[in-house]
Amino acid sequence: MAPLWMYLAVAAALFSLGVFGVLSRRNAVAILMSVELMLNAVNINLVAFWRYSETGTDLLLNGYAFTAFVLIVAAAEAAVGLAIIITVYRNRRSVIPEQAVALKG
Amino acid sequence: MELNAVTIGFAVFTIFTLGGGFGVVTTRNLFQGTIWLMVSLFGVAGYFILLSAPFLAAVQILVYIGAIAILITFAVMLTRSVTRIKARYVRLIPSFIGSLVLFLILLLGITIPIFGGQLPESAPEYVATTRELGTALVDENGFVVPFMLASVLLTAAMIGAIFIARDENA
Repeated sequence: MAPLWMYLAVAAALFSLGVFGVLSRRNAVAILMSVELMLNAVNINLVAFWRYSETGTDLLLNGYAFTAFVLIVAAAEAAVGLAIIITVYRNRRSVIPEQAVALKG
Repeated sequence: MELNAVTIGFAVFTIFTLGGGFGVVTTRNLFQGTIWLMVSLFGVAGYFILLSAPFLAAVQILVYIGAIAILITFAVMLTRSVTRIKARYVRLIPSFIGSLVLFLILLLGITIPIFGGQLPESAPEYVATTRELGTALVDENGFVVPFMLASVLLTAAMIGAIFIARDENA
């Protein structure tokens, strides 16, 4: 098997790509897609650490189960986030986050 | 490192994951970006196979590629964002520098054991199976409370999404 640091390096690269997308893209849907990339990078890390760790029976499934819960939260986040984007688009005819300033003080 | 099936698979899935991620953050057409996102998520599913978590790989394909990517496709089509936005980026240079610095810091933390301890080179022989995961999810000493909270969260998110996206004039 490939050593652990290779998985971590790939996950770090994917996370950095996601950070770049979140910071720089103008379109809210593209920002949400970049957030999904970051979540996937975290999932790679969790599963890789789970696979390579020597643990007792108490911790046998922690990484595995935690990744499943991260997947569930990602699904909820995508559903609510896209609903918000569609509502903002309907009200303001825009998907650019800088133009959604109704709550700005 | 010798050339075997796992090594070749790792290289292929790395190309899928990082190439797809690069396509997501650079493509102008958001519909193509969704396709790149699917490629990237498929690569991550391949990693889960290599890390002997086949259940997670199946869930990754079903939930991410089957549901979330389709949802994003719908959002792209409903918002007509493909044709309306001309500039792709804001703050391009600072974002690039910031994410590059973050990547270098992460890579430094991975290769040099600053935080103590040595990364393991090989994985243990024994690995938990999907059957054990299923048992642990409903075991009262396992994950039954987070499991139920997750189902409440999913229901709340579904109702909330319907409520938020509802057209009040319709």
